[in-house]
Amino acid sequence: MDLSTTYMGIPLKSPFVPSACGPLSRDVGMVRALEDAGASAIVMYSLFEEQIQHEAQELDHFLTRSTHAYAEALTYFPDLDNYNAGPEEYLDHLCRVKQAVDIPVFGSLNGISPGGWTAYAKKMEQAGADGIELNLYFIPADANLTGREVEQAYVDVLAEVKRSVTIPVAMKIGPFFSSTFEMAKRFEAAGADALVLFNRFYQPDIDLEELEVKPSLILSSPFEMRLPMRWIAILYGKVKMSLGATRGIHDALAALKLLMVGADVTMLCSELLRHGPRRLTEIEMDMRRWMEDHEYDSVGMLKGSMSQINCAEPAAFERANYMKTLQSYERYRVA
Amino acid sequence: MSRPFVTLDGTEAAAYVAYRASEVIAIYPITPSSPMGEFSDQWASENRPNLWGTVPHVMEMQSEAGAAGAIHGALQAGALTTTFTSSQGLLLMIPNLYKIAGELTPAVIHVAARSLAAQALSIFGDHSDVMSVRGTGFALLSSGSVQEVMDLALVAHGTTLEARVPFIHFFDGFRTSHEVAKVETLADDDLRALIDEGCISAHRARALSPDHPVIRGTAQNPDVYFQARESVNRFYLAIPELVQKKMDQFAARVGRQYHLFDYAGHPQAERVIVILGSGGETVEETARFLVEKGEKVGCVRVRLYRPFSIEHFMEALPKTVKAIAALDRTKEPGSLGEPLYQDVVTAFAESLSNGASKFASPPKVIGGRYGLSSKEFTPAMVNRVFEELARERPKNHFTVGIEDDVTHTSLEYDQDFSIEEADVVRALFHGLGSDGTVGANKNSVKIIGEETPNYAQGYFVYDSKKSGAVTVSHLRFGPRAIRAPYLIREANFIACHQFNFLERYNVLEEAVEGAVLLLNSPYSPEELWDHLPRPIQEEILAKKARVFTIDAYDVARQTGMGGRINTIMQTCFFAISGVLPREEAIAAIKHSIEKTYGKKGENIVKKNFEAVDTTLANLHEARIPDQVSSRRERPPVVPDEAPDFVKLLTAPLLAGHGDRLPVSALPVDGTYPTGTTQWEKRNIAQEIPIWDPEWCIQCAKCALVCPHAAIRMKVYNAEALSGAPESFRSMDWRGPDFKGLKMTIQTAPEDCTGCGLCVEICPAKNKRATQFKAINMKPQLPLREHERESYRFFLSIPELDRREIKVETIKGSQMLEPLFEYSGACAGCGETPYLKLLSQLFGDRALIANATGCSSIYGGNLPTTPWAKNGDGRGPAWSNSLFEDNAEFGLGFRLCIDKLAEHATELADRLRDQLGEELASALIAADQSDESGIHDQRERVAVLKERLAKMDAPEAKRLLDIADYLVKKSVWIVGGDGWAYDIGYGGLDQVVSSSRNVNILVLDTEVYSNTGGQASKATPRGAVAKFAAGGKSTAKKDLGLMAMTYGTAYVAQIAMGANDTQAIRAFIEAERYNGPSLIIAYSHCIAHGIDMSKGMDSQKKAVLCGHWPLYRFNPDLKSQGENPLTLDYHEPKLPVAEYAYQETRYKMLTKSNPDAAARLMALAQEDALETWRRYSTLAASFSPSGGNGKPN
Repeated sequence: MDLSTTYMGIPLKSPFVPSACGPLSRDVGMVRALEDAGASAIVMYSLFEEQIQHEAQELDHFLTRSTHAYAEALTYFPDLDNYNAGPEEYLDHLCRVKQAVDIPVFGSLNGISPGGWTAYAKKMEQAGADGIELNLYFIPADANLTGREVEQAYVDVLAEVKRSVTIPVAMKIGPFFSSTFEMAKRFEAAGADALVLFNRFYQPDIDLEELEVKPSLILSSPFEMRLPMRWIAILYGKVKMSLGATRGIHDALAALKLLMVGADVTMLCSELLRHGPRRLTEIEMDMRRWMEDHEYDSVGMLKGSMSQINCAEPAAFERANYMKTLQSYERYRVA
Repeated sequence: MSRPFVTLDGTEAAAYVAYRASEVIAIYPITPSSPMGEFSDQWASENRPNLWGTVPHVMEMQSEAGAAGAIHGALQAGALTTTFTSSQGLLLMIPNLYKIAGELTPAVIHVAARSLAAQALSIFGDHSDVMSVRGTGFALLSSGSVQEVMDLALVAHGTTLEARVPFIHFFDGFRTSHEVAKVETLADDDLRALIDEGCISAHRARALSPDHPVIRGTAQNPDVYFQARESVNRFYLAIPELVQKKMDQFAARVGRQYHLFDYAGHPQAERVIVILGSGGETVEETARFLVEKGEKVGCVRVRLYRPFSIEHFMEALPKTVKAIAALDRTKEPGSLGEPLYQDVVTAFAESLSNGASKFASPPKVIGGRYGLSSKEFTPAMVNRVFEELARERPKNHFTVGIEDDVTHTSLEYDQDFSIEEADVVRALFHGLGSDGTVGANKNSVKIIGEETPNYAQGYFVYDSKKSGAVTVSHLRFGPRAIRAPYLIREANFIACHQFNFLERYNVLEEAVEGAVLLLNSPYSPEELWDHLPRPIQEEILAKKARVFTIDAYDVARQTGMGGRINTIMQTCFFAISGVLPREEAIAAIKHSIEKTYGKKGENIVKKNFEAVDTTLANLHEARIPDQVSSRRERPPVVPDEAPDFVKLLTAPLLAGHGDRLPVSALPVDGTYPTGTTQWEKRNIAQEIPIWDPEWCIQCAKCALVCPHAAIRMKVYNAEALSGAPESFRSMDWRGPDFKGLKMTIQTAPEDCTGCGLCVEICPAKNKRATQFKAINMKPQLPLREHERESYRFFLSIPELDRREIKVETIKGSQMLEPLFEYSGACAGCGETPYLKLLSQLFGDRALIANATGCSSIYGGNLPTTPWAKNGDGRGPAWSNSLFEDNAEFGLGFRLCIDKLAEHATELADRLRDQLGEELASALIAADQSDESGIHDQRERVAVLKERLAKMDAPEAKRLLDIADYLVKKSVWIVGGDGWAYDIGYGGLDQVVSSSRNVNILVLDTEVYSNTGGQASKATPRGAVAKFAAGGKSTAKKDLGLMAMTYGTAYVAQIAMGANDTQAIRAFIEAERYNGPSLIIAYSHCIAHGIDMSKGMDSQKKAVLCGHWPLYRFNPDLKSQGENPLTLDYHEPKLPVAEYAYQETRYKMLTKSNPDAAARLMALAQEDALETWRRYSTLAASFSPSGGNGKPN
């Protein structure tokens, strides 16, 4: 059984790639365990430029606040020679991960400034990353910002990063573009080597007792894979970039569906957080079993077979799909 | 040989040599010597090697006595060893100093000389401390400038090995230790050249070793002790020559020549001043000035003070000398004169009796005192002393620099006398501690000192407050080495970084004609003039000052600098002053920014660059009309209704005119009235909390946590509202008790520091807009007038009767009047809420013994003190003895109270017939276990006093004197963790083990906060502190558990932010317990590197993660058959990291050494779990019935 695939020009032994999810890649031992469990590559947790800047400012603030104000306590902390106030901690870790495993390691970057995007991307390349995933999203809460401006900002960042590195670059995007297809083409034109669909946003919640808005992370549910599945199905064969699927991949069947609509890799997070690296082995075995049962020799054979261009009902991935669902709902109610 | 010029202060200069020349360094923090230990610890943590390529072992001890013991041991075992100290620390070392010297052990102790605590503590500089050790056998070597500190530190280290006599190398605290100056650094080869390897080998050979064992430290008897003490004489006789030889060797190599006594002045001088330390610079420069004017004066600067070489001293003096003044920077009451004076007199007497005098006739010798506690010592004073020496009968035992209108020792002097040179730029900067002014000025000194051929000097004056502190920077720049160790009195550049200072101070007082004034002002150059107070306008016109203005806060906002205006104002200084060409200066500032902030991230550098670039466009010269237009005068420092003492003594201190007070103005024994902070309206808060009754749930938490008693609650009768100002807010009291009454939460607008703790703790949200609460921060300025009126009215509302209040509740406790108010503690201080609570619960009958530290500083530092009195004139009586003895000091209070109460009872019993049976019995048998009982006893004592006053019997008189002791007193022993865990632990342990009824409150900030954040044994594992720069590797000492082992002491660990009810309960139980009680209170601190407004949240998390267990151990319960240990916290659920990494003290280690941080955090986590296991086991096993130990 040949599970191999190619992602951004890099051959992978299988389509299973743990996604840019914090806890999985923060520990070198865990990355090794993921490799042993069958991961074909790993996307590191994201380096957040905003967080780095915030921490640096915070450190500076607290180290200098109230200094030279009172004769007995001119400072409150030792003046250490070196602080990793920049991305060094992330880059060192990336380097350690890279040395610890044989699979490709992709850096993930969430920048806020044009300089930050390019500088950090370059440093990731220097630290040994095999590729970079740009984790690009923000909430355009400014009423004066047009959709076109937002889109152009995304494209500009990608183009800048592509100019600064030689390793492949993937764009991980959200599902809220007015025209996802058009954006995909623009990203491709700007040099993206892959499109990863879709980012899950942390949606804030409200604590009714405390009357506070609180960040809340809910792990994905299996249903969520439907959205990337639709868009990968639509894009497959119409763009040259690799397509990465992420969101709601909890079992082999979900992975199979995504591969069938055209994904080159399937990225997992919630399922591995819940059950640990060994779950990856189970999913891979389940996939092998299913493929054997259904007489598929390779991932290559099934990849894109259910995409919009290859399936029997191309319109099903568009509006018709919605209509059909309504109809089935109506039937259910009558029954 | 490369000897780069750098700018550094005296402590760094000393540490530079000491660190390189040592293998073992024992340290302990004390101002102003602490930075020497800090540098050593930091360099060791960075693995910097000493001269021999190995990193010295640097060890913090529990006290200076401990440090002395440790260096004694290290010396005996053969190490090259040093330590650093000042003041009381040196006194604590005395026993070991005798030992180290007695055993002829080479060592150097570097001392930043500081006043000793006498009628008051002072952190500032004089020679009281070093003069107290002149009998120990240590050689005493004195430096008078930063350059000399570096040079003579080496002479000391080099000579001690050859002489075998240990050295104290001292320099003036603050004046030299903290002056930043341009100096030539010594190269390592210079150090190697002067430290003889052969002598090191000899030192090693004398070391204690089982391979060539000897015994040292014997006990001797009358037969030989005397002779043995005399056996060392030849070593002491040799020292002067050895030191001079080393100085000559130094001169040959480096070029600067020193002598045991350095003479400067006219070769045929007739009048000479002999002096030690930095004052020598002033005398020498003044003598030079006077000689140029034709006067025959000179100066002898004493370098080697012990052993005092008469021969060298006489050699140094010109034979023409007719009169000598020996100036001492110390005071020895009752002596024939101060030490240097006595030495000079003795030197002349001896040389005369030996017939060896070179003088035609013996010069007159007079002695004088100057400069105690860093009192200014200026050329004007020196000039006056020279004038005095010219008199036929000069005044002996004089003082100079003060006005002694009581015993008339002082010399009046011409304050306008000056020797400042025209080509020296003299700049004064008035700033706030929080605006970064001093940091920026240190930076400017560095830029000019290190990047130009100019010399530079920076000296910084701080006020005595920890919040809203005012700083004044004194900077000189010039083409020659600057030898002016005194403040600038004639400035040609003055910057005022806070516009509101103009309302309070005459910042132009020191301005010369034509000076430049730089103002940080919110007004445009056109508008500025009309916003200046009249006195400032007058000064500007009178002195023809040019005025430049910039809205630095606006520039800071534009460039993301927040409230830090340091870089902006620094840029302005360089742009206006012309010290450097503008472009060159900007480049230098930017270079310096990169050096300073580079390690903290590119973005920080970028923001500072932006600030520099934006500054110049916003800096303008203001239009100065030729007439005064303002009618605004400077408001009085204290209001008219202030008591006389405050008007006469406190007000001048507040105005910065304390130097002008004569001796007669000062209390003779250090006794001051309490409650004086109320007269100092500091107005330091930009925003203050304003109560919104609509949403208030009357929980009183805001008042409870307020560190400054600046937000208060009152419950009162509605009639009290009559005459209330319109803006006064009030609501119905909702509690079942006091039904029908009204309540108000009121802010003291001018006393609030704006810390925000109250708003953060407020649990009541505004339901219509949840960003608001029942109390919200609002800009102070527009509200000041109204709120001032409201607060004044609030204070006039009668207090509730204490007997009716349920004091054990949060609400009840906050109905009690705080008798600790408006202290100068940091905004958001975590300690003071506990002290305020203490004052509310027991203040009207409390005596407080306060260990030296933060609480003694904000509690007792002049000008004003926060301990206050109630309407009856009762309140806490407070005193600070020392750092190390506080538990014993407080125990002494108790011993006295118990004895006098017992004696009063005896007398009442004996006088039963005369006093009346009923009264006597009631007095003797009074139940004072609650407020009612205490109230009734006070009334009985009042009756008793009336009756005693009419009686003539001696016993009646005696009882009248001590009758108040019949009312229950509450003794509190208060201090920080440095005292309780370290230096004072022995005494604390003694007191805890006693049966006496004292209450110990440990304000545990887990670090030596007052001296700037050095590690104590309370510092938790993984936290970074000074002296633990690599993260503290050992776990926090469990002081409470140790105290519990006696089984007879009440012990509680509390954290107000985690469980306020438990905290109040612990205070009440501890006070009620008739034996020793220990309360250990988690006190968040600015030294934790946290957002202080969220301090209570830190406390909560510290408990949730198990770092800070809450419990109460009450031995009374055991005697009642109950479990004495009550756990008030639950099994830790929050990871320690989630608590810790909100605090810079932990977080910074993840940035500097992530691996160590991870390792230590894992251990800290295990510590928390282990603590839980231990306490939960103890809680279960303590109970006679095998109690369940479940938390409440």
